[in-house]
Amino acid sequence: MDLTESYREELRLIRKPWTGAGISLVVLALLVIPWLKMDYLVYMATVVFIYAIGVQGQNILIGYTGQISFGQAGFLAIGAYTFGHASASGIPLPLGLFAAGVMAGIFGLIVGFPSLRLKGPYLAIATMGFGIAVYQILLNSEVISGGRMGLTVKKLPALFGLTQQVTFYYFTLLLALIFTLISYNTISSYAGRAFIAIRDNDIAAEAMGVNLARYKLLSFGMSSFYLGVQGALFSLLIGFLEPNLFTFMESVTIFVAVIIGGLASIGGSIMGAAFVILVPQLFGGLRELVPVIFGVAILVILIFEPHGIAGRWLKIRLYFRNWPFR
Amino acid sequence: MRQFMQYVISGLATGSIYALVALGLALIYRSTRILNFAHGDMATAGTFVAFSLLGMNLAPIISFPLAILSGSALAMLFYFAILVPAQRRNATPLGQIILTVGLGLILQGLISYLWGTDTKTLDFPLSDTKLWRFQGLVISELGLGTFVIGLLGSGLLYLLVQKTRLGIAMRATSENLPAAQTLGIPTRMILSLSWGLAAGLSVLAGVFLAPALLLDPFFMLEPFLKGFAAAILGGLNSLPGAILGGLILGVAESLAGGYITIAFKNTLAFLIIIVILMVRHEGLLGTEFKERV
Repeated sequence: MDLTESYREELRLIRKPWTGAGISLVVLALLVIPWLKMDYLVYMATVVFIYAIGVQGQNILIGYTGQISFGQAGFLAIGAYTFGHASASGIPLPLGLFAAGVMAGIFGLIVGFPSLRLKGPYLAIATMGFGIAVYQILLNSEVISGGRMGLTVKKLPALFGLTQQVTFYYFTLLLALIFTLISYNTISSYAGRAFIAIRDNDIAAEAMGVNLARYKLLSFGMSSFYLGVQGALFSLLIGFLEPNLFTFMESVTIFVAVIIGGLASIGGSIMGAAFVILVPQLFGGLRELVPVIFGVAILVILIFEPHGIAGRWLKIRLYFRNWPFR
Repeated sequence: MRQFMQYVISGLATGSIYALVALGLALIYRSTRILNFAHGDMATAGTFVAFSLLGMNLAPIISFPLAILSGSALAMLFYFAILVPAQRRNATPLGQIILTVGLGLILQGLISYLWGTDTKTLDFPLSDTKLWRFQGLVISELGLGTFVIGLLGSGLLYLLVQKTRLGIAMRATSENLPAAQTLGIPTRMILSLSWGLAAGLSVLAGVFLAPALLLDPFFMLEPFLKGFAAAILGGLNSLPGAILGGLILGVAESLAGGYITIAFKNTLAFLIIIVILMVRHEGLLGTEFKERV
């Protein structure tokens, strides 16, 4: 429906003035939230921003490149513990965040190597094995996990006369925006088109000249980098690390966010992250039922709306754009 | 040497449980190309049904078959109510795998809600403290029972698949679905039966595992992953491979736990998965599918 006349236009992220206006409105609203003085809202929004980073990364891997993965918890743990030990040994925070991402990315490359040979279900099992192996190694090695006491992480200090919580809110908002920009730009570049080609048919993509090994590994490395940063931010949020934060359920939560938000949609990833964080809050007293909600959401989405919330949102927009015609 | 044999024997007992789980996974994978991520949760649901039935003072001989049937019914319901509609809407293989993840989450949540997350003990007719001795080798009554049930289950499944009309129909369906349909085989019925059989086997494994582990909503997660590893080791589309893989994994685990370190025992399964997938990803007895553009 969009008519692009040049490559420069194709690369542009905001094509219509009202899209730009809408996005600036949303960002403005997010900037104003702390002034409402609702601590709980600020906290939940912070968690959503943190999750949005990792979910976007996983969407690049699962949604765009079509490589199914269940090892998210492992990468989160690697990022979080790298950051925890880095901050304990006095490395400055931005460097620690970067190190967390890089370390997770390196492990992502290592796990990505089997993906050059494995497909679909086999890859799912291999990554799931990785995620659970990391958890078990953490349980059994006190050097890394800090033993029974866990590992404490120094929280972000309060800056610019704001409270600690609000400072951290703005910090995660900024990072989430940066990562969102990176994701959008990656997807509209050659790398993004290579990812999509690999997902649609890897053999055909290779015949077209896409370097399969390079782009599959790039996708793995990149998505793991995102997860590593998410893990580091999560450790900053709670200020405390223990292996039980990184069980298989954590992988499933991120996976569910990708599916519910919509495969192959960056905006959808953010909505998916909001879904998995906010919806369980509505069921405060019935925590056992949270997996049921996730499960039912997966079934409903896969059967009735395979493109997730993002797909439904697009349909609603199209309906109003063409109204009263259909 | 005696100690070695002791480890092998206890490994065979656990291995036969893994074999039962792996058989179910392989049965589903080779007929529908779906990896069933809800397998462990189906087993848990069936085992909790057994727990409730025993709590109502029903004899084990009645309540265990009922539990197995309820697990099968659950799997067949899932096949007809969720998978068939999804296939009508052209769900991708990946999508169908994700559907089983969804089912697993639902079952897990419902079990936690209905029975609570605290641990329970299943009143089992065989005890794991009563020991039997053969020439210095010790095996618990439960271990022996488990091994016998594992052999019996796999043997019956072998007879069913190889020697009966139903088994021929099952093999034909997994070999070539359109051709089987053309020949008048009710493929949908056959596939749902495969799901039911697989779930029944997993409940059987769950019932025999519950007395050794404690019963809580997540107790099947680890055996389920081991079953996965066993199925991969033997080859995902081979039924004899699943049994072989289960027994090898059980013995290897028991030896690793005895001679190296207990902490290493649980990680071994994942190492095996990764090594097998890297070296020979179709498994010991499996055959590879070639893909064309």
